[in-house]
Amino acid sequence: MSPFVSLPLALVCAADFLRVDLNSYLYLSALLFAIGFFGVLLRKNTLVIYMCLELMLVAATVALVAFSRYNGTMDGNVFVFFILTVAAAEVAVGLAIIVALFRRRQTIQVEELNALKN
Amino acid sequence: MSDTLFHLFAVLTVACALGVVLNKNAVASALCLLVCLTGIAGLFVLLDAFLLAVLTVFVYAGAVVALFLFIIMLLDMQGGNRKPFTKSSIVAGAAAAGLLCTGLYSFLVRGHIESPVLATTKVGGSSLRAYAELLFTTYLLPVQIVGFLLLIAMLGVIVLSKKFENLEDIK
Repeated sequence: MSPFVSLPLALVCAADFLRVDLNSYLYLSALLFAIGFFGVLLRKNTLVIYMCLELMLVAATVALVAFSRYNGTMDGNVFVFFILTVAAAEVAVGLAIIVALFRRRQTIQVEELNALKN
Repeated sequence: MSDTLFHLFAVLTVACALGVVLNKNAVASALCLLVCLTGIAGLFVLLDAFLLAVLTVFVYAGAVVALFLFIIMLLDMQGGNRKPFTKSSIVAGAAAAGLLCTGLYSFLVRGHIESPVLATTKVGGSSLRAYAELLFTTYLLPVQIVGFLLLIAMLGVIVLSKKFENLEDIK
């Protein structure tokens, strides 16, 4: 194929890829979720693992809001409302647990918290 | 214009999410999370969910990240000379995340999800009235349950952070 044909074709494909629709939001949401999951598996620090969990939760809310907007209903938005509330409560409890753990063991690195091993 | 803004916010969000995962310093991770959540609030604005954007900034970027930073300062654990991650965990994590990404991508592409055209009827994601009508009719029971959950969480945090003089008292 000559470059005179392929270049406009590539531009059209790029424009099609750059067009924002529901799927763009879903891809972004999936990517954010995967990054959060990667962080949960990768990191050793309990606090950073917890931040990555929050990232996964937020990625799910992006998908919910996008579905809600593109289908013209309010239910997704209300769901995100509830998720925000539950996440706030969850963070408070989780961090309290981490502080209690640190007071008892003097560490929050997951590789040192192996009391159940063997 | 809104397409450009979407790409701007998407790149910002993903870059900062990677910053959360890969930063060695926990404080820098928390600040990356802050910027990431701000980008997500921008995406909510593009999706006409103005109330949720404001709530995300208040609750997540305000309260949650502040709490994280407070705990990081309180525990004062700057990793020291320990490596933040090992080579095997990088391989395992990247493989798992790649598999998850591939699965979701094939679900979206092969599943032939017809991307619906933007709903023409304004659903009023900005007006509190629309939220209130749903929250006090269809979702009245979940509202009550979430309120109770918040109470339980508060009590739980108080019990968890209380110092018991001698543990035999509670056994």
